[in-house]
Amino acid sequence: MTADAPGTDGAPLLVLDGVTKSFGAVAALRGVHLALHPGEAHALVGENGAGKSTLVKILAGAHPPDSGEMTLDGQPLRLRGPADARAAGIAVIYQEPTLFPDLSVAENIFMGRQPLRGLRRIDSAAMNRDAERLFQRLGVRIDPARPARGLSIADQQLVEIAKAISFDARVLVMDEPTAALSGVEVERLFAVARSLCERGAAVLFISHRFDEVFDLCHRVTVLRDGAWVSSDPAADLPIDEVVRRMVGRDVSSLYPKQAAELRDTLLEVRGLTRAGVFTDVSFSVRGGEIVALAGLVGAGRSEVARAVFGVDRYDAGEVLVAGRAVPAGRPGRAIAAGMALVPEDRRQQGLVMELSVERNATLARRRALSRLGLLLGGAERAEARNWTRRLQVKAARLGAPVATLSGGNQQKVVLAKWLATEPRILIIDEPTRGIDVGTKAEVHRLLSELAGEGLAILMISSELPEVLGMADRVLVMHEGRLVRELSRAEADETSIMYAATGQGVTA
Amino acid sequence: MAHDSLYAAPPTVEAEPGAGRLATLRGLLGSWDAAVVAALVVVVLVAGLTVENFATGRNAQFLLLDLVPLALIALPMTLIVITGEIDLSVASMVGLCSTLMGQLWLSSGLSLELICVLVVLLGAVLGAVNGLFVTGFGLPSLAVTIGTLALYRGLSFVVLGDQAVADFPADWTAAVVRNIPGTSIPVVLVPLLLLALVFGVVLHATPAGRALYAMGNNDQAATFTGVSVARTKFWLFVVSGAVCGLVGIFWTLRYASARGDNATGLELTVVTAVLLGGVSIFGGRGALLGVLAGVLLLGVLRNALQLADVDANALTIVTGTLLIASVVLPNAVADIRARLHRRRQRQPVAS
Amino acid sequence: MSRTDTGAPERATGNAPTDPDRPRRGLTERLLAVRELSLLIALGLLVLVTTVRNDRFLSGQSVKDLLLGCAILVILAVGQTLVIVTRNVDLSVGSILGLVAFATGSLFLSAPGTPWPLALVLGVALGALCGVVNGGLIAVARVPALVITLGTLYAFRGVDYYWASGRQINAADMPPSFLRLGNQTVLGVPVLFLVALVVVAAVGFYLRSYRSGRELYAIGSEPAAARLSGIPVGRRVFAVFVANGALAGLAGVLYAARFGTLDAAAGTGLELQVVAAAVVGGVAIFGGSGSAYGAALGAVLLTTIGSSLAVLRIDPFWQQAVVGALILAAIGLDRLLALRVAARLRGRSAHGA
Repeated sequence: MTADAPGTDGAPLLVLDGVTKSFGAVAALRGVHLALHPGEAHALVGENGAGKSTLVKILAGAHPPDSGEMTLDGQPLRLRGPADARAAGIAVIYQEPTLFPDLSVAENIFMGRQPLRGLRRIDSAAMNRDAERLFQRLGVRIDPARPARGLSIADQQLVEIAKAISFDARVLVMDEPTAALSGVEVERLFAVARSLCERGAAVLFISHRFDEVFDLCHRVTVLRDGAWVSSDPAADLPIDEVVRRMVGRDVSSLYPKQAAELRDTLLEVRGLTRAGVFTDVSFSVRGGEIVALAGLVGAGRSEVARAVFGVDRYDAGEVLVAGRAVPAGRPGRAIAAGMALVPEDRRQQGLVMELSVERNATLARRRALSRLGLLLGGAERAEARNWTRRLQVKAARLGAPVATLSGGNQQKVVLAKWLATEPRILIIDEPTRGIDVGTKAEVHRLLSELAGEGLAILMISSELPEVLGMADRVLVMHEGRLVRELSRAEADETSIMYAATGQGVTA
Repeated sequence: MAHDSLYAAPPTVEAEPGAGRLATLRGLLGSWDAAVVAALVVVVLVAGLTVENFATGRNAQFLLLDLVPLALIALPMTLIVITGEIDLSVASMVGLCSTLMGQLWLSSGLSLELICVLVVLLGAVLGAVNGLFVTGFGLPSLAVTIGTLALYRGLSFVVLGDQAVADFPADWTAAVVRNIPGTSIPVVLVPLLLLALVFGVVLHATPAGRALYAMGNNDQAATFTGVSVARTKFWLFVVSGAVCGLVGIFWTLRYASARGDNATGLELTVVTAVLLGGVSIFGGRGALLGVLAGVLLLGVLRNALQLADVDANALTIVTGTLLIASVVLPNAVADIRARLHRRRQRQPVAS
Repeated sequence: MSRTDTGAPERATGNAPTDPDRPRRGLTERLLAVRELSLLIALGLLVLVTTVRNDRFLSGQSVKDLLLGCAILVILAVGQTLVIVTRNVDLSVGSILGLVAFATGSLFLSAPGTPWPLALVLGVALGALCGVVNGGLIAVARVPALVITLGTLYAFRGVDYYWASGRQINAADMPPSFLRLGNQTVLGVPVLFLVALVVVAAVGFYLRSYRSGRELYAIGSEPAAARLSGIPVGRRVFAVFVANGALAGLAGVLYAARFGTLDAAAGTGLELQVVAAAVVGGVAIFGGSGSAYGAALGAVLLTTIGSSLAVLRIDPFWQQAVVGALILAAIGLDRLLALRVAARLRGRSAHGA
């Protein structure tokens, strides 16, 4: 359902012309054009690393562009900081919420703009009331006086949205705001965005979910490798064409899971429970098998993986590797038992960004590589060279900090680090998040090969095509419980989403 | 992913022609350790030539003896700071160990050998208390060790009040200041250097050392790699305490005096030396050799100025300035470098 | 909607059916109030126990001494609160106090006719200048304030020693009007304590009710988010160090007025007591929460413990140990409380997301 496109012949509200931005030697944006018209919802799409987030940061005033023009209402716009952007009526909802955990929800919304009373004091009663009204408009119930600490990700995102609409922003920028929201919440967000558009504001919407893009947006701008590719009315643009423009070539089928001979059960999880997080989770994975753990963000999938691997403790249940129990809360023991976990958050959990590629690649093997307790650089270098070559990691030097690599190559370093331990069980959380299409295919081929070699693979993924393409079996979680198990034949988008949203749950 | 664009391209470590001079400059500025060593050499040379009595064997002996406590405590402190924590209670642990040694000697009738063992164990226990609060209860080490700084110093006054115990056997007190025969190098330097070697090897050439750097940079990623972050940090605090026990014994015997205020304020000097040696206060970066150079630089500078008749108390200006310089300068250098880099990048565009 | 009403009419609360008769005040504020209340109770118990053991503890003179004794620490603790709330710390306050105290004495020595208000202003200005040095260096170095102020702790103290070069300034060198400031009482309350009260009220009010005050909490709570919401983080932090320096300067002048005898060692080691007072007063060492009132109560509690030990005939050497134990207890309790609150909040927001 594409809304009637508002006239784009009138004067645009916000224009970016030839905007360029580099970080060191890396060109993040190269002469990008963008025109937002009043009343328009405009989608910005592109692969990760295409420069969308940089563009958002420039609009937010967080980064100054190196060159290029920005105009608002035909007047030149110069943003020296986030405060300027706000004063110009540009509101930004970031991918990750940026709240102050110690302050109340209402203060988070009105920071720097709190309603005042005599002597320029803050009027907290009015502030709470205003926050309450915003939440009513959004149709949600959050206590404005409670601290932001402890809010669920979805609620945090809603506070961000309330903050943005409280500006009466003329330009609302939303950088993947829906990742953590349920369907109902997304609908509500869109209703708010549409009402803003009706009042003449412009919305810039960034998302990987094409259904949402086409549901909300009138026009679509595609970025690739930091450069502008096209801007077209959404109605004239089939999805295939968008994808082709994003990737720059035709996309073939990406998911080549080969049938593998199933061997003995390697990983067995029985009745795993962590109070308030997940309850009574039981499943098993056999050698040669890829089992996908599907569900909405926040359903507890990553938490289960962390508990199985011993990063988090659990309250009840047990984890067995090849029939032998693995002690709780000890990642070191899990590794020794042959488990490996590629975590969802590469930057925070997978890699030590400041350390070199070789140190990262060999960190999990540091004990095995030492001789007589001594670990010398040569052993690490040889090991790292071996694995980075096998996974075709593109790095200038093995001694370079891993932070200097692209997202896809970073993910390969994480994989190298874990494959080097020669695991029997590989738990992989969002294996292809934030990496380019080419590398995605490589990762999928690799997973398929590993399964062929007899590894048991537990894969968590939010991308349904990935789940459907790769998994032999799909386990669906909803609100901390395992609600469905689907065979490869049974699994399709409908059946997974049906279970993931908790409909028809009987188990 | 919000910062993906920052890193989106493979690294380009280009070696442009004609940048040779700049590269050399960068190399020189780049190694903080080298800068500290160079400064040390300059200070020693200048002091040797201009300050009377500096270049004498007797002064060397005193200088080195003065440095022993600082150097010893700096060893575990380096490891602790590299993991992103800090231990401000070290001087108080030295004080408490010293007074307990005095009290035991005064009233227990135990042999001095046994007392020394007990004191080192006690130091380990004090360190374990720090470790428990930091890793067991998950409290910031800064706050915890400020607390135990006060607690342990207070207890050391409780043990001996404002009394001092001084009647240690002369052969013991003489032993700690004795020189290696035929030199003016104190014998205690031998165990100190051995210990330094052990710490250096552990930090730079063992799996445990790799884990220290990893957890200092990103403890979450370290945990995901099977490093027991909490346990490692706990033991580091224990080791720090035990070393403080050793220093307590040394301090007591060297000055033949166990007093409640022994080593007061030493924690700040140790932290200064460690940061001066190039260890990042944010954790994850630093080397032991740099720290030892920092300890020497600090000690030599203070010693030379003292010989040049600068008031001992006013010398804190030197300590403070060095500390500030050691954190401000690298940043200033980085800024300059970034500016140079940008200029070089712009040039081809301009031409 | 009438202004007298404390809030909107019955509003939806964050899905808390288990908690229907929750008071109007927000959880955030209530937690602070709980902390301040428990400090008051602890203080009350301490005074009660001590008085039962020795009824002269509550005599006029003794109370006056107590108030006099805690005034300077209260001022410093309140200043430190400003700093800690922004996730920084200023360890140089003891040295600033010593430097300003000695400078004030020197001023009277070299210009005996100086009116004391002028000396007060100059002292505060010198303190602020020290704060400018701290704030400026932190802005340049972009390293934790802990390190910089550790350095200036040494440096300011060294300047102090260098300047004093062993001299001592005595009460006889200072004008009587100035010394009276240090001991005078109004209705039995020492002027010094009144000054401290004004400082507490002003800072407490500012932190709670002004936009820039709230921004300090925002900075300490999540510095990256603060930057993205357009808060001028660098400027605010700089200002906080200047303000804290000025308050330390004020404390230095008052120190000179109170003690009269000054050497370069005045205020040595005070920084630990100041941080202890703030931490005991519920100011989270990693920023984002705490109040000036709490810090002031923490300072009063620490001072009272000192006096009580003397009255209870406990070896005065225990005092420092008690301070240390109190710091550990305070941060430990905070942690426990935070964990419990987090658990409660998790339960609360666990609705269908």
